[in-house]
Amino acid sequence: MTQANQAINPRVTSPAEARIQQQSAADLASVLSKKPRTLWGDAWRRFRHHRVAMIGATVLLIFIIASIFGPILYKVNPEALDAVNLLSKPLTPGHLLGTDEIGHDLLARAFFGGRISIAVGFVAMLIAVSLGSLVGALAGFFGGKLDQLLMRTTDLFLSLPQLPLLLLTVYLFRDPVTKALGPEKGIFIIVVVMIGALAWMSTARIVRASFLSLKRKEFVEAAVGLGVNERSIMFRHILPNALSPIIVAATLEVGNAIITESTLSFLGVGFPPDTPTWGRLVTDGSQFLQAAPWLAIVPGVLIFLTVLSINFMGDGLRDALDPRQRQ
Amino acid sequence: MRKLRKLSAFHAISLIALLSMVITACVPATAPGGAPAAATPAAAAEAGSKVLKILYWQAPTILNPHQATGTKDFDAASVILEPLARYSEKDELIPYLAAEIPTLENGGVAKDGLSVTWKLKTGVKWSDGSDFTADDVVFTYTYCSTKETACVNTANYDPIKTVEAVDPNTVKITWKETNPDPYVSFVSYTGMIIQKKQFEKCAGATAITDKDCQAANLAPIGTGAYKLKEFKPGDVVTYVRNEAYRDVANVYFDTVEIKGGGDATSAARAVCETGEVDYAWNLQVQKAVLEPILAAGKCDAVAGGSFGVERLELNFSNPDPALGDKRSEPDQPHPAFSDLRVRQAINKAIDRKAIADQLYGPTGSPTCNIMVSPVAVNSPNTKCDRDVEGAKKLLDEAGWTVGSDGIREKDGKKLELLYQTSINPLRQGEQAIIKANLAEVGITANLKSVDAGVFFGGDPGNPDTLNKFYADLQMFTNSPSSPVAIGYLSGWLCSKVDSAENKWQAGNDQRYCNKDFDALYAKFVSELDPAKSNELAIQLNDFLINDVAVIPLINRVTPSGKLKNLEGPTYNTFDSNLWNIATWKRN
Amino acid sequence: MSQYILRRVLISIPTLLVISFIIFAVLALAPGDPLAQFAVNPAIPESTRQLIRQQLGIDQPWHIRYVKWVIAMFQGNWGFSFQTKAPVIDLIWQRLPQTLQVVGVAYILAILLAIPIGIISAVRQYSFFDQVATFFAFIGFSVPSFFTGLLLMLVFAIGLHWFPIVYSSTLEITNWSSFVLQIRQMTLPVAVLVVQQTAALTRFMRSSMLDNLPLEYVRTARAKGLAERVVVLRHVVTNSLIPVVTLIALGIPTIFAGAIITENLFRVNGLGQLLITAIQNSDTPVVMALTFIFAVLTVTFNLVADVLYGVLDPRVRYN
Repeated sequence: MTQANQAINPRVTSPAEARIQQQSAADLASVLSKKPRTLWGDAWRRFRHHRVAMIGATVLLIFIIASIFGPILYKVNPEALDAVNLLSKPLTPGHLLGTDEIGHDLLARAFFGGRISIAVGFVAMLIAVSLGSLVGALAGFFGGKLDQLLMRTTDLFLSLPQLPLLLLTVYLFRDPVTKALGPEKGIFIIVVVMIGALAWMSTARIVRASFLSLKRKEFVEAAVGLGVNERSIMFRHILPNALSPIIVAATLEVGNAIITESTLSFLGVGFPPDTPTWGRLVTDGSQFLQAAPWLAIVPGVLIFLTVLSINFMGDGLRDALDPRQRQ
Repeated sequence: MRKLRKLSAFHAISLIALLSMVITACVPATAPGGAPAAATPAAAAEAGSKVLKILYWQAPTILNPHQATGTKDFDAASVILEPLARYSEKDELIPYLAAEIPTLENGGVAKDGLSVTWKLKTGVKWSDGSDFTADDVVFTYTYCSTKETACVNTANYDPIKTVEAVDPNTVKITWKETNPDPYVSFVSYTGMIIQKKQFEKCAGATAITDKDCQAANLAPIGTGAYKLKEFKPGDVVTYVRNEAYRDVANVYFDTVEIKGGGDATSAARAVCETGEVDYAWNLQVQKAVLEPILAAGKCDAVAGGSFGVERLELNFSNPDPALGDKRSEPDQPHPAFSDLRVRQAINKAIDRKAIADQLYGPTGSPTCNIMVSPVAVNSPNTKCDRDVEGAKKLLDEAGWTVGSDGIREKDGKKLELLYQTSINPLRQGEQAIIKANLAEVGITANLKSVDAGVFFGGDPGNPDTLNKFYADLQMFTNSPSSPVAIGYLSGWLCSKVDSAENKWQAGNDQRYCNKDFDALYAKFVSELDPAKSNELAIQLNDFLINDVAVIPLINRVTPSGKLKNLEGPTYNTFDSNLWNIATWKRN
Repeated sequence: MSQYILRRVLISIPTLLVISFIIFAVLALAPGDPLAQFAVNPAIPESTRQLIRQQLGIDQPWHIRYVKWVIAMFQGNWGFSFQTKAPVIDLIWQRLPQTLQVVGVAYILAILLAIPIGIISAVRQYSFFDQVATFFAFIGFSVPSFFTGLLLMLVFAIGLHWFPIVYSSTLEITNWSSFVLQIRQMTLPVAVLVVQQTAALTRFMRSSMLDNLPLEYVRTARAKGLAERVVVLRHVVTNSLIPVVTLIALGIPTIFAGAIITENLFRVNGLGQLLITAIQNSDTPVVMALTFIFAVLTVTFNLVADVLYGVLDPRVRYN
């Protein structure tokens, strides 16, 4: 909904519009010229040159690699209890990041937790953002009855009380899904789908607002005039222009999903109670904020860095896809 | 339109701000109907007035103890209302509205165990100035025994055949059959007497549908040391001294406030670290959190008695999902637990000391008994030391041998157990320790945690309740509700075994059944002599422990916290913790 | 426009009925038991619990209970709470003031903070100020509120004794000192909420500004010789605010939903705390009432947002 407003101020209307026409023309030219320089190819090239984005990508890559290969190098069983070292401080021999109240090694648990939390954060975010974008795009682009139907559904989802809904969902779907997909995959699917299904609404509203405004713009009308089909207009022409609020929403969603996962496990909806996800480590650790602050701070910082690097990547993605920055 | 378009966002924001202020202004200052309107609570804070501030992390929501939905409601009602007698912290009966405790010796309790006669104190007045008489006691029975009232304490009045007012100060209770527990009715938090005048039309369905009864439930008139001033359900109750109280000269505080909400940890902090409140109830907090808070030195932990025994229950039926509808039905014996040696091995493998030291600390100690209070029934005959080698040997003998992956197996079946409990950080810690203990002897435990509302909820449609017990092991806390543990011990009777037929509501969720236990129980419930009754209770306990019907883990002594200068609070096993609030004072 | 609004209002009545039906179904079918606290208490056997269930009417089929609920709602008492056994509406009136005070003030403060921070962050993109603001914003939304709340409580209430941790809803503001007390007890919960809400709003404001800054009309304005300050405040900010204002309007219902975790942590007895205790105790009528009020507000403010958007942005047309 952001680029939409560029021409609103009546005092500067005409030059701005002129610029847009140039831009749309350039846009069309690049589409029509059939050179290998596609929108996505261009975007990737610009993304690689975006310093902050690359930092974000590197940090995230390190996290992913660490959570996959960490347990192979750091051979401490995350389920083993060290009865001698309870709530021991970081750098205790044998426990690089210390232990919790019953002697679990924090680093070993953080490695294992990373696997689940990063995956949950990403997949749930993708579900929420793509569902939200789709609903918002359809509602905003087509308007009318479809808009009404989709937006009232959004209202419904926004007003549903989450806790009872989650409990009900587990009650209805846990057994059939885990039976069909096996306990591990089944629970993962339930968790990400539930988080995604409860988080798409704000994205939908933002995207709809952008579409409402963008679909009236000259470059869209030009595309319509040229007979470009609706799907292509929606996703190739309008969506890239609505990206920046979507990216903000997506970034928010990753952190949210990682935390929500712990709530789900807490309700007995998610992973078994002994699965050390980051969200769960923060929740459990925050009880000991006074006696052993590192228990909550370590996983908290990990979530923070993940969210931050995804945001940096998001910034890079936005700049890379921004039509105005195309050379 | 053009003008509107220039409407700046700042205008929009100020509009929103204005809107929310208007809405705030429109909210009526006091609730329409319901609780009595507030005077000025701020006045209570005036210099010189003595205010007692109590903090409950579960807020009271109703003040009629017969419509209570939790301990918090019984406790909040105990400040206003009184029963005939209450249990002290030593589990002894202290007369409240009664002049004395009826016993076999003084003739109050009939020798045949068929009736009890209570003498009431004379000259007791309700806080509205009217006289308290035997009629009020009779009415309380009428109220609670009327089915449609849905009195929560119904079970305490069920054994009664009739209650008569012999004269204004004498009440005679006749039992339906010989009753080994003559103090089951009108005693402790379940036996508080409500005023006939106030509740007369509330016996029956009107108890909660009638407007006046709804108001009465939120503002009962009582005989206790304090009377209600203001009640915001789910938030705060304010009481003031009851000038009509029989011993008003010795009531120290002018005002008592019970604030509710929040969590146990911050309740502990409010009394022990910031000193904002005088007393905080039920500090059910992990050791590593609680100890540093207590160490701040401003408060004392009030503990004693028993909050209950945390136990590990073994399923005597087979919870295998492959059985379909036959799952956990009593006619399907458990493949491993039917063998006493396996049960013994699990009992020996568990490290109770680690659980107590690492998780409970000041809030619990290891126990081998399922009956721990009163002290007279806590069996001295049982032992439950950890013995890993012994456990392994027993499992070997039982034919469960260690497989290639370190997990024991027999006839191609692995010893893999599903272990469920409610969601609670402490319980998840216990699960982790017990899982590690069992792994040491070659048993795999798969953990499951269930939302407390679901786990303890009796919904026959839900697979995750403790009654259905669709797991091999489960863990929770339970305790007898009165010193004569008739109801509690009935939880292991053959006749009470839970099954689909009784919608899993009979009470024996372990599906344990032993004719010898049933016979011993029958002797216990017909014994009128208190000393012999205690002896039988110990025998019943020992029976269950020796047969490893259940594995007791921890005797919980969940403390409350009080400021050092507050005098009076005690920990009561069989009565409200606020039982003696009339005598609390600051020194 | 007025025709559009009228049509939307008329549509929202059946919409809300459908929503209420679905919410009711979810609540009725979700597992849970208002008597779970008594589950293993030998003094309160299943027979007693069954009596209470009959008294509360939860033994009836849920579609009948729904009809009863609709009738109770139109009668104005919204059914009665399983916990207090008294009308739900009384509870809501008791809780509303606290929520409006704490959550409402936090929302207004968050808006007042987020807009200038977002503007400066965008105008001086990648400056020291922007980096610091970004850092705090990310702490704001990657750290859950129970963590922030606990931390503030430990430092400012327990460590420094500046603020109380037990919120008193019986405090009446009669003079200066009780006003100060009220401000003190509001500070921590408000702070937790402000941190969270500011974080998200700042990001949206910043990104909206960044979208507008490189546009032609801005260059034109500069070219006309207008001072940078005027260009930014008059032109860029006004345009960038349009989407943000819509978001703010959409967020207003959440004020009334209360802040579940923060209210519970600091014992602010508002609607959020009422909701969470009602959910924990399966007090369906209370959950239903609160959820339905929230649904009404959501639908209403969605309409407000749509209208606002149409008014502020001439491109948007509804038909």
